[in-house]
Amino acid sequence: MFESIAFYIFSVLTITSFVVVVTTKNALYALSSLAAGMILISGFFFLLNADFLGVVQIVVYTGAVMALYAFGMMFFDTTETLRESHANPRVVFALSGMIAIILVVMLVAPIASTHVSALYPMVEGVGNSEAVGMVLFTKYLIPFEVAAVMLLVAMIGGIVLAGKKMDKSLTTSEQGEVK
Amino acid sequence: MITLNHYLVLSGLLFSIGLVGVIKRKNLLMLFFATEIMLNAVNVGFAAISNHYGDLSGQMFAFFIIAIAASEVAVGLGLLILMYKRKSSVDLDTLTTMKG
Repeated sequence: MFESIAFYIFSVLTITSFVVVVTTKNALYALSSLAAGMILISGFFFLLNADFLGVVQIVVYTGAVMALYAFGMMFFDTTETLRESHANPRVVFALSGMIAIILVVMLVAPIASTHVSALYPMVEGVGNSEAVGMVLFTKYLIPFEVAAVMLLVAMIGGIVLAGKKMDKSLTTSEQGEVK
Repeated sequence: MITLNHYLVLSGLLFSIGLVGVIKRKNLLMLFFATEIMLNAVNVGFAAISNHYGDLSGQMFAFFIIAIAASEVAVGLGLLILMYKRKSSVDLDTLTTMKG
């Protein structure tokens, strides 16, 4: 009963905030509603007994990713409203049709495989965080290390790409305001 | 009663919203937002299937998707800042330099 109520409330709020993200013309509204949607998504994880995933969702997405986007938006001129122009509606129509067909195939494909059994079943009497740790550091140790290396590479890449000539201002130097 | 299908339908809906954003947006920052929505929608589907089968592999995949999303944001924002330095705009149409 409570699961149904929570599910429908979270669903409506999440879909509303994500629709605001893709339709609004103001970049600040899009950022705020994206952060709200990320926090609401973590509600689904708590409903699905994935407590650790929900906490990671809040910490990583609304803590790190949203802060990074907010920091990135300071570089760009986001006060003006975005303008969206569509020159060729025929291309959009063809692309939408193809993507719809691919989505239907992707969503229907799992019906063919009905005999699915748990590869790493959840252990009774163990909390979600302990179970996640046990599986992550035994079965998925190598992907975990590779993900760590990938994050390091991404960090170095971000520093190298964005860090050049950081001492010069991006937005005000063209108007000659910065001496 | 909420079943697996409810969560999968929700996941598909959120993914479609993100897809609409990817097709519609011309501003590259908004395009990144739409990709974040799609990654989150897939995470919800993975967590739902993990709960349904009593298997932790779905949650593991969701963790790796979160790691990939974090590194995508780092590299993507670096490229975006570089593009803003070159073109002084984050519009996707300014990248069409070839006549085709």
